[in-house]
Amino acid sequence: MRFVDEYRDADKARALAARIAALCEPGRTYKFMEVCGGHTHTIYKHGLEDHLPPAVTLVHGPGCPVCVIPMGRVDDAISIAERPGVIMTSFGDMMRVPGGRGTFLDAMARGADIRMVYSPLDALKIARENPDKKVVFLAIGFETTAPSTAMTVLRAKSEGIANFSVFCNHVTIIPAIKAILDSPDLRLDGFIGPGHVSTVIGCRPYAFIARDYGKPLVVAGFEPLDVLQSVYQNLVQLAEGRVAVENQYARVVPWDGNPKALAVINEVMEPRPHFEWRGLGFISDSALRVREAYAAFDAERIFQIPGGRVADPQACQCGEVLKGVLKPWECKVFGTACTPETPIGTCMVSSEGACAAYYNFGRFSRDRVKEATRT
Amino acid sequence: MCLGIPGEIVEILSDRPDLAKVDVSGVRRAINIGLLEGEDLAPGDWILIHVGFALSKIDEAEAKSALDFLESIGQAYEDEIAALRESMIEQG
Ligand code: SF4
Repeated sequence: MRFVDEYRDADKARALAARIAALCEPGRTYKFMEVCGGHTHTIYKHGLEDHLPPAVTLVHGPGCPVCVIPMGRVDDAISIAERPGVIMTSFGDMMRVPGGRGTFLDAMARGADIRMVYSPLDALKIARENPDKKVVFLAIGFETTAPSTAMTVLRAKSEGIANFSVFCNHVTIIPAIKAILDSPDLRLDGFIGPGHVSTVIGCRPYAFIARDYGKPLVVAGFEPLDVLQSVYQNLVQLAEGRVAVENQYARVVPWDGNPKALAVINEVMEPRPHFEWRGLGFISDSALRVREAYAAFDAERIFQIPGGRVADPQACQCGEVLKGVLKPWECKVFGTACTPETPIGTCMVSSEGACAAYYNFGRFSRDRVKEATRT
Repeated sequence: MCLGIPGEIVEILSDRPDLAKVDVSGVRRAINIGLLEGEDLAPGDWILIHVGFALSKIDEAEAKSALDFLESIGQAYEDEIAALRESMIEQG
């Protein structure tokens, strides 16, 4: 019981695990999806699945923003970065994400000026300091990072910084969850809801999951106990024959989210009619683009981007992993051709990707999970 | 990038009400607090920070447990703090 030894709330965790086991109906199996990559990280790091009864399986969802960027968008970003006079800026997580023409690191080796930044505000500062260059920020992430991008665009506008733009690849979580619910491959019993995305969007947008699909969702924090508690609350609902949205992480997540952050996103961005997700294909209204009113800060309007669709490598099974249909190690190239050093798919790149998390921390018994997922 | 990191407000900058000086695991940086409009922030308050912006106000106990958690995940958190250290938001 490794995690119990190292976890300071070991007794509580053990007690919770026992209550979870007691709630499982004999002969029934349960699958809960953790939507957010942060939860995936916690689950593997602490070997949480080892401590759940065999009837309960956790499947990993699409909530790793780096993992869902399609190859074509990486190529588009590289094509912008390779124009003369452009400085491309990006979060560190993107550097090793493979596109059809290699990664950012490869483009840098070919001479492109690509810089890692911590915040879009750092990119804005680079723009201020390099008035003769065009500085582009590669904006990625769910609703946790979209408000920061929007605030930075507003700032650029108010300061009149004309050489700054964003290549907007923000995605939104609700349409992705809906796509998974509509996918025939997977039967889920409930959801562990994303913690940090919910600080922005709040809990109301999940209501349709209970209402239209009859599944519980419990927004959860990131500690092992939070995740177990969320599984427990899901099971209590099922045992009581009701489904609802619950907030296990109320100490951080307000029920209504952050209205100012939502207003700022809405001011600067609008939904795209459709957007491709790596492995999941096109999903309607699942991403954001810069509004016409801010066209001067929209890299997609400023630069002609190829905008091509690039098929994922044949060997790559990230789509199945992102939908929770396959466990990371069930991908044929996992740990052999595909490792964090030489990723083939995106799930191996970000520390929040399921494949990287499993590669780094994988400890629990595969056989047990294989057994459980077979049923 | 997706990690929310807790930080303690050291000072609200009087000439720039949307900025605060914040201590994040020993690193002091300017953090944008414009998304917490109306929250009435003061030195000693804790906030959860994503890519240079405070997204929510949290209490000290939550900040401590979030830090414990982040320290337990190791590399990803170290990378985030290293990136923050390099960050030069609003300086000069
Ligand atoms: S092992 Fe690599 S290719 Fe296979 S699903 Fe994971 S990231 Fe994708």
